[in-house]
Amino acid sequence: MDAAGLHYKELNARLRNAVAAGAQRIELVNVHGQRYIGTDLDSTVDIHIHGTPGNDLGAFMDGPRITVHAHAQDGCGNTMNQGEIVIHGHAGDILGLSARGGRIFVRDSVGYRTGIHMKQYQDARPVVVVGGTAQDFLGEYMAGGVLVLLGLTLGAGETHRSRFIGTGMHGGVIYLRGSVEDHQLGKEVGVAKMGAEDTALLSELVGQYVAYFGGDADAILSGPFTKLVPLYLRPYGNLYAPTHRGAQGVVRRIGRG
Amino acid sequence: MIVTSHNGHTKSYLKPRFRVDIVDERCIRCGCCVEQCSFDSMYFDTQYQRIGSTDENCVACHRCVVFCPTQAITIHQMSIEYKHNDHWRPDVIEDITRQSETGGVLITGMGSDKPWTCYWDKLCLNASQVTNPSIDPLREPMELRTFLGRKPDRLEIDPRTMEMKTTMGPQVRIETPIMFSAMSYGAVSLNVHEALARAASLAGTLYNTGEGGLHPKLFKYGPHTIVQVASGRFGVHPAYLDVGRIVEIKIGQGAKPGIGGHLPGEKVSATVATTRMIPQGTDALSPAPQHDIYSIEDLSQLIHALKEATNYTKPISVKIAAVHNSAAIASGIARAGADMIAIDGIRGSTGAAPKSIRDNVGIPIEMALASVDARLRAEGIRNQVSLVVAGGFRTSADVVKAIALGADAVYIGTAALISIGCTVCQACYTGRCAWGITTTDDKLTKRQNPEIAAERMANLLHSWSHEIKEMLGAMGINSIESLRGNRLHLRGVGLTRAEADILGVRLAGE
Ligand code: SF4
Ligand code: SF4
Ligand code: SF4
Repeated sequence: MDAAGLHYKELNARLRNAVAAGAQRIELVNVHGQRYIGTDLDSTVDIHIHGTPGNDLGAFMDGPRITVHAHAQDGCGNTMNQGEIVIHGHAGDILGLSARGGRIFVRDSVGYRTGIHMKQYQDARPVVVVGGTAQDFLGEYMAGGVLVLLGLTLGAGETHRSRFIGTGMHGGVIYLRGSVEDHQLGKEVGVAKMGAEDTALLSELVGQYVAYFGGDADAILSGPFTKLVPLYLRPYGNLYAPTHRGAQGVVRRIGRG
Repeated sequence: MIVTSHNGHTKSYLKPRFRVDIVDERCIRCGCCVEQCSFDSMYFDTQYQRIGSTDENCVACHRCVVFCPTQAITIHQMSIEYKHNDHWRPDVIEDITRQSETGGVLITGMGSDKPWTCYWDKLCLNASQVTNPSIDPLREPMELRTFLGRKPDRLEIDPRTMEMKTTMGPQVRIETPIMFSAMSYGAVSLNVHEALARAASLAGTLYNTGEGGLHPKLFKYGPHTIVQVASGRFGVHPAYLDVGRIVEIKIGQGAKPGIGGHLPGEKVSATVATTRMIPQGTDALSPAPQHDIYSIEDLSQLIHALKEATNYTKPISVKIAAVHNSAAIASGIARAGADMIAIDGIRGSTGAAPKSIRDNVGIPIEMALASVDARLRAEGIRNQVSLVVAGGFRTSADVVKAIALGADAVYIGTAALISIGCTVCQACYTGRCAWGITTTDDKLTKRQNPEIAAERMANLLHSWSHEIKEMLGAMGINSIESLRGNRLHLRGVGLTRAEADILGVRLAGE
């Protein structure tokens, strides 16, 4: 399908029709910044994008697999439900915002607020794997899901520079290959020990990453990895004082009744 | 930091607010009040074989009063006479005491109880007299039907076929200009959510899911549902977007402009977890900003993403709190592509908000509405959006005045809850609502039967709608359309000239 000169509305309408007609694989060429590609598609169609897709790629998406053979812009996988996005390049800000399912693989690095407010529910567990590194506010308010930064773009001795990692985080897990200083972390996040489950999960995800983009899985997995988890399930549980006396856990009666 | 607690170990300096009086000769010891009081105030005193009360716990919800079969109970304001002081009022003293005992942010429920000027009460409606006859809605048709959604700048009609050539965006028909405000399942019980949905379908109008998602059981009321997309994106998934009639992006709300929502983990029961699609028992945090919206351009992007996600079949609404620059903000929202703007004033209610925010942030809806309507008209874009206003609507007359000030429709929240028993005791945030409204406790939830509650809410809409018809008829108008933004039907009493100018109304006698 040639996207040259098409407005996103027209392009998405054509995608919708193609999927309705049973298309299994769609090659999109000459994509020049059209937004919302893949939104409102709920089949497992395989979409290949040649060119640069615009913001909100795969927003609210529910099933398709999108491969971008270039960089992607902001809002990739915004509130995504299911499906997969594979980006052969960099991606912009708010990748995977509020996603509750599906997987996103980015070969290189990502912008600000990646994985912000990601959540999980029952067996829906969103996964974001980034080959390089991320800007600030990584995993803020994260409520579930898995965020991985492999740090492959960092030079020798260079560390992740993201600040405010996991501020307000109350669910999910972040794995960083390499280390971070305490001052880079939000105060609701702590470093946890890696266990056998973590290693198994990482080797699966790195395996998939290498399958998409190449590289040496064993070398990547040799780490070292830092695992970040929320310190509290309820970070703001003690913030409030009620305004009614009766409302706050009730004064005990003594003796009678 | 918590300095002391007053859970019985340390003496609290807080006085009880209410006194529960039980007339012993009337009491038949049926135990009903003990059963009904969800705040653990009433108890059976085994030593003296009578009903006792822990007055400190009473929130004046009046559940016991209504359910006592012998009218033995009265609730009084506890009259501790502080030395009179207009500045250091009793409520101020009490708040300081409470904060010094807990170290916490004061949190409360329902709308502000501060004496904000109520402009509805300073506006009088017009009526026909000799020259222009009034209309009797009992014998003549009276049109309250309203269509929400963007209207085209001009209509093109094919002169030969008389068919409309302009393609209209999606329009939503409501039979009365009153809808139910956003109340999330989680803030209110599932039975109340269902009651709102049923009442909306009975009355031919819409209710609003709030930011808590939609229980699958209520999907069948989809054509009467406004589904909200808020910063937490709780329960927002393709099926949810598809089932709603309108999608509303929540930026702000009147009771807590500029701050996010926080449903405490205790209220996140198994079913709340299902609709919000989060694990049970975790806090549901909706931060104030949506992290994909930092500008009008970003808002426009989300509006269009939602239009794409719903294939252009539904109007997209944007809800904001009434604040200082509402008019400019609304103009931006209209230009960003919204089909509807909802504005919620400072008297708007909530399940839980910091008291400091609820009582001090925002502006009255009357002022915001008048300025937004005037600005959109002046810019020639008023037709591009429907205006829905909220925040403390108490009567059908408030609704009529809002429409004359430029609203297409109003949202009612507190009034709908009062129709099913709420006494505005402001203890919603506790999750212990004795009326089974703002609770997710299974036992308390059963106090609301969705069918009965729906009927009461629908009755309220029915009576208000009839009153609106009467008021329209009195003005000699037979359609709500003709009243919209028709400020000539309003006159101010007791307004300053500046206030009258902002509202765009003349003073009585002019
Ligand atoms: S809290 Fe309500 S039910 Fe309990 S004593 Fe007070 S008014 Fe009665
Ligand atoms: S409900 Fe009335 S009659 Fe029954 S125990 Fe309570 S006060 Fe007595
Ligand atoms: S909903 Fe319940 S708790 Fe809230 S004000 Fe009404 S009666 Fe009180």
